[in-house]
Amino acid sequence: MSVFSKVASIALSAAIIATPLVAQDQKALEAAVKARKSQMTLFAFNLGLLGGMAKGQIDYDADKAQAAASGLLALTALDASRMWLPGTDNETMDNTRALPAIWAEGSDIGAKAQAFGEAVGAMDAAAGQGLEALQGAMGGVGGACGSCHKAYRGPRN
Amino acid sequence: MRNVIRGFLGLGLIGAAAGFWITAPRTIDPQTIDGLTGDAARGEQVFWAGGCASCHASPSADSDDMILLTGGKAFATDFGTFYAPNITSDPTHGIGVWRQIDLANAILAGVSPSGKHYYPAFPYTSYARLNAQDVVDLWAFMQILPPSDVASKAHDVSFPFSVRRGLGLWKQLFAHPEPVVRTDLTAEQQRGQYLVEGTGHCGECHSPRNALGGIDYARWLGGAPNPSGKGTIPNITSGALDWSEGDIAEYLSSGFTPEFDSAGGEMAEVVENTARLPQSDRDAIAAYLKAVPPVSNE
Repeated sequence: MSVFSKVASIALSAAIIATPLVAQDQKALEAAVKARKSQMTLFAFNLGLLGGMAKGQIDYDADKAQAAASGLLALTALDASRMWLPGTDNETMDNTRALPAIWAEGSDIGAKAQAFGEAVGAMDAAAGQGLEALQGAMGGVGGACGSCHKAYRGPRN
Repeated sequence: MRNVIRGFLGLGLIGAAAGFWITAPRTIDPQTIDGLTGDAARGEQVFWAGGCASCHASPSADSDDMILLTGGKAFATDFGTFYAPNITSDPTHGIGVWRQIDLANAILAGVSPSGKHYYPAFPYTSYARLNAQDVVDLWAFMQILPPSDVASKAHDVSFPFSVRRGLGLWKQLFAHPEPVVRTDLTAEQQRGQYLVEGTGHCGECHSPRNALGGIDYARWLGGAPNPSGKGTIPNITSGALDWSEGDIAEYLSSGFTPEFDSAGGEMAEVVENTARLPQSDRDAIAAYLKAVPPVSNE
């Protein structure tokens, strides 16, 4: 085997090893985006019931409201780190509206996530305590959604 | 022969003179605002409806210092990068020395106190639809806002767009203050029209533009590419948006869509503004949007 073909064969095996690794990474990125979108869908699903009650479109029911709020709170406990992998922003991927600023220097995404958790905690404490309490907690949750989306979500592709 | 040359020269001169005349900045008739007195409290409503703070507040401002209009926010466009100027009451770095007529000329005619055209990143093509009372009310409100000595940043625009005089021609072609929707509208829809086509300047982002940046009125509010970045600004005519009027008004108040998704990016800033308007104004915007001719998504 010539030196050249040796080098070529090493390079080729390296490429063969590298290719599935890259594909694997890409899969993890796609899965992360899919997972966090599912989480958002479930947020909206539970919030939909609470918001419908707050607006008077759905009759208030303390048990159902409490269940939805507890559901929201449980969702905030999911580990975010695997769903928000670096490289899953709207510059590098087509199926997400997440702005690169989330991962950039000076990002306050952690503080915003914490504020959202607190707002959902307040909702969990309020939702079963009557319609007025639920309505009072709604603004905080909406504000927390909006504050993160304002800073870190781009328009639809 | 000499006569022919002289003739051409003459025509050239007439052409140049016509070009000079066409591109000359035109201020408003001062009588428009004569005798009007501004009311700061009403001006605050105009301020939020106009979204002034969304562009002119510091890029790092949180919702508490939205009334400190230091400027500095960058707008990257196909024509260059524009920077929102300081429009605080500071006499040197802001617009503290402006008279009522100066603000009126800026907003209604896109002309500065020194008689220069503003770039239409400042949405005077929409603001030209404001009534004079709203403008003087806004002026009264802006007088009492806090000053900032942060210097305005020069726009980064290259030739030929760097020649502001050329904007005179652009204005002749594309700046038309007459109403966009011409069908019979109810009083509520007319209020919504004023807010959407004028103060709220919704069409600036939600309508597509031609190659020169003029709004395509045939596809009014029919959606457009994001002017500064990836993605699309959605079609909000009934050709694509099937929300009820109540859904639209709710979105402009809480930011929640009927599916309980929530507004993002610049629209989240718009919702911060519309949330401060009276409910009747959000209802009016919704009523007007239902009267806009539907545009289908291409």
